[in-house]
Amino acid sequence: MIRFSDDKMAKVQEIIARYPEGKQKSALLPLLHLAQETFGGWLDVPVMDYVAELLQIDPIEVYEVATFYSMYNLKPVGKYMFEVCHTGPCMISGADNIVAYITEKLGIKPGETTADGLFTLKTAECLGACGYAPMMQLGKHYREHLTKEKVDAIIDECRRNAAANN
Amino acid sequence: MGVKLLLEKAHVEGIRTYEVYRREGGYRAVEKALKTMGPDAVVEEVKKSGLRGRGGAGFPAGMKWSFIAKPEGVPRHLVCNADESEPGTFKDRYLMEFLPHLLIEGLIVSSFALGSNATYIYIRGEYAWIPDILEQAIAEAKANGWLGKNILGTGFDLEIYVQRGAGAYICGEETALIESLEGKRGNPRIKPPFPAIKGVWERPTVVNNVETLAAVVPIINMGGDEYAKIGVGKSTGTKLISACGNINKPGVYEIDMTISVEEFIYSDEYCGGIANGKRLKACIPGGSSVPILPANLLLKTAKGETRYMNYESLSDGGFATGSMMGSGGFIVLDEDQSVVRNTYTLARFYRHESCGQCSPCREGTGWMEKLLKRLLEGKGKITDIDLLWDIQRKIEGNTICPLGDAAAWPIAAAIRHFRDEFEWYVTNPEESQRRNYGLAHYADPREVVA
Repeated sequence: MIRFSDDKMAKVQEIIARYPEGKQKSALLPLLHLAQETFGGWLDVPVMDYVAELLQIDPIEVYEVATFYSMYNLKPVGKYMFEVCHTGPCMISGADNIVAYITEKLGIKPGETTADGLFTLKTAECLGACGYAPMMQLGKHYREHLTKEKVDAIIDECRRNAAANN
Repeated sequence: MGVKLLLEKAHVEGIRTYEVYRREGGYRAVEKALKTMGPDAVVEEVKKSGLRGRGGAGFPAGMKWSFIAKPEGVPRHLVCNADESEPGTFKDRYLMEFLPHLLIEGLIVSSFALGSNATYIYIRGEYAWIPDILEQAIAEAKANGWLGKNILGTGFDLEIYVQRGAGAYICGEETALIESLEGKRGNPRIKPPFPAIKGVWERPTVVNNVETLAAVVPIINMGGDEYAKIGVGKSTGTKLISACGNINKPGVYEIDMTISVEEFIYSDEYCGGIANGKRLKACIPGGSSVPILPANLLLKTAKGETRYMNYESLSDGGFATGSMMGSGGFIVLDEDQSVVRNTYTLARFYRHESCGQCSPCREGTGWMEKLLKRLLEGKGKITDIDLLWDIQRKIEGNTICPLGDAAAWPIAAAIRHFRDEFEWYVTNPEESQRRNYGLAHYADPREVVA
């Protein structure tokens, strides 16, 4: 059953209240973020339909938005998603080597997920960390000034966290 | 040391908290504006300051404010554009992360000037940790009476909300941002009507960049005339520059716009010179959309005059021999970098970020990416270079929003100034896969002189 908890429903109401009466559709992007976080890291069709119901809009209005923005995952992703920026400034600073190293280390190419479902590798376009390149987004935060050693440490950290949470 | 108006307190310990920010003189601009000035007087000060929009277009902020329509009984809104996504640009992130109260203070004063009772900060979704910092600052400001109902007993009400985007460069374009804020795809609107007449929810709206709104604080504190004395010509006040690429000290710098490009790159106060003892090859001085310049045209204009870090000087010579201040994203390439490869990554970026609404941009950005990939892999033909030129020309000016121009300009400039490097990839298909073209005749003029 896809339903937000009471706590999250309170958050939903708080978000909707930010906009004028009748303009609740404005809450769509924040609600999709919340839904993705809550329901397994991606937006399955029933999840999008649930968000449509909450906002009293047609499901198509949710689908067209979910498919437009790159942060909404339309298929399952690993527990930890490495999004490595590879636009100009990061490329200059060696982003391609970082992508290649992660591929070598985890055996996955950009767009793929490890068989254990732990890691997804993605390339990303400019994340606004050009002065701290090469870098990647991991969950809510940025990991910057990446080196092979740092990548190793991040992978270990993720594995430890995953083991601790099981 | 240059004048610092925005980052002066950035290194004060605890400046992110309300107590420290207030102790350091914060929220004085709100007191002054709300208690001693009317909304129109605030607009007037911003006009006098000569402040130009810091997001990239450089349009005078005070004039933009004066366009806002005031129909009876229709609410108006201020929207803060924190969608910072232009490659090379990371200055707004720095301001929001380290000086959140400066932005909130700027938003209160600006909302008062424009008559907005509900102001929205639209921040790019990837800056996922920053909304917490901003919301904390908003809560502190509210707890201390700077937000909410009847602020300072003046009858002015204001709430500020933070909205996250979800990964779309196009939402930095103001009408796409408005669409996104309404819960839609970020497809730019046809103008007119301009947002000042019909913006979010068809209400009069002003959209301003983070840095622009933060700059309103020193303008109110010191007065527009004093602010306008800093800088030169129509480049008044200070500008944040985010510097990256092959330099010793990448980071965010506040400059007054009287320093030369050479000083900015080589002095220890700023970029600290080219990293690893390499030589300067080229630079994109204002974010990925602006024309790339070879070292000789970067440090000196075509007339042989010193080039300065300001709006006028950076654009001296037009697109033939100049560039633009843009967003202040300063990307430096050393002698080992390939202009073809750099241009390819930017073409890929624009293809990825095109919203798909206008055919020239949707189709053209894809064709340009493919042609550049072919050239980069040593599989291109000389005619591909002409074809690239032709495509970019047919995109420019033929789209609803400026993303088309932004995709076209970097390619045009790369071919204009580095055509022999593109040709080298065609005529030396094997060698080009093993080594970079190097400096050719684009060397730093300082060495030529020596």
